[in-house]
Amino acid sequence: MIKWWKILSALLILYTLVLGMLGPVPHLDILNETIRNLFYHVPIWFAMLFQMGYSVVYAIKQLSKNDLQSDIISNQAAQTGLFFALPGLLTGCMWAKFTWGTWWTFQDPKLNGVAIAVLIYLAYFILRSSIDDEQKRARIAAVYNIFAFVMMFVFIMILPRLTDSLHPGNGGNPAFGKYDLDSNMRLVFYPAVIGWVLLSLWILDVKKRLAILTHKENEQ
Amino acid sequence: MNSQLLSQLIKKEFLLEFRQKSTLAGILVYIVATVFISALSFKKIIHPTVWNALFWTIFMFISVNVSSKSFMQEIKGKGLYNYLYYHPRQFILSKIMYNMILMAVLSLLTFFFYSWFVGSMVQDMGMFLLALIFSSSAFSGILSLMSAIASKANNNISLMAILSFPVLMPLLLVSVKLSKHAIDGLAWSVSYKYLLILIMLNFVVVALATLLFNYLWKE
Repeated sequence: MIKWWKILSALLILYTLVLGMLGPVPHLDILNETIRNLFYHVPIWFAMLFQMGYSVVYAIKQLSKNDLQSDIISNQAAQTGLFFALPGLLTGCMWAKFTWGTWWTFQDPKLNGVAIAVLIYLAYFILRSSIDDEQKRARIAAVYNIFAFVMMFVFIMILPRLTDSLHPGNGGNPAFGKYDLDSNMRLVFYPAVIGWVLLSLWILDVKKRLAILTHKENEQ
Repeated sequence: MNSQLLSQLIKKEFLLEFRQKSTLAGILVYIVATVFISALSFKKIIHPTVWNALFWTIFMFISVNVSSKSFMQEIKGKGLYNYLYYHPRQFILSKIMYNMILMAVLSLLTFFFYSWFVGSMVQDMGMFLLALIFSSSAFSGILSLMSAIASKANNNISLMAILSFPVLMPLLLVSVKLSKHAIDGLAWSVSYKYLLILIMLNFVVVALATLLFNYLWKE
């Protein structure tokens, strides 16, 4: 049986894919039509951050209750988050090529933050694979997950506000935030965020069920 | 009583370290050799950014090497003994404090050798030393926990590097920025916010490490 929010997610993403391309957008210097990337790039990052937050919540749950189910969910959410990093990076790189003239730059704290986030989660998976005992793995992975998430949070949320970022809205670059009073973009942006987050939940739902089933089968 | 046990544990760490002088000497040789190699291969560093980057890279590798062994020495039977006598908070705090002292001394030594062999470019020495002390203490907080994690996961040393490098990165970037300001001799009003972030990171790291170590501790 398919749940209502799964249909909603598909509809919302379809809606934003179409309207994101065709709808009216403000014309800004430098950004021009690439401002439409806001409908794809930013919601995908939101979905990734949502999944990583989800993973941390279940890591905390794992530590407080000590059940393996939370560990499985935490792991699957981290995998889903990392999966969303890929389209996020691709859309970001494409956009950067057209506005900044380069695919990647080390000058921008947000880009570095993303690279670090990917590294952190890769390290998380390596840590998981190096421990055989299930209970032990669940506990240690949860500890690393929580610690790494806090450091990543510092990196992504706090540091870019201190230094100049090339990103729109930072360091005098034109941004969507100041011009959205016409609310045309909001009509697409907010549904896009909800749609992508729901899609990530959908993916997580499938992965989670599969992982729990295989875990049960292995136990027997 | 609480603090008495803590100071006992720290004392024990120092005793163990000084009883086994070879490891301490090993670290010193490591520092001198690394700095010497970089001095030889760079000949003369003119650009402050390069100077700064090289210094922090060397320091990061040294600190990962030094602190990776802080939990690896804890053998299985002794863990049970510690478990009976100490609270996990005391235990991790003792490790962190010991590492903080050790790392502060080592960072100063590294800086000394580095500015001797490669040449010093620092204009604002006070700020640079503050950056060095606070970042080495935050380093030791992070690395103590990472070493505890790595020691639970089959004790392998490459895992320690894999786990700690990405987590160290935010901290390292703040330190690099702050020390760059110190090298350029910028006014304190420009760089105080980085110092504040560094101090705040110290608190965050120590608090998280003490909280999370509870769960690593149980076997």
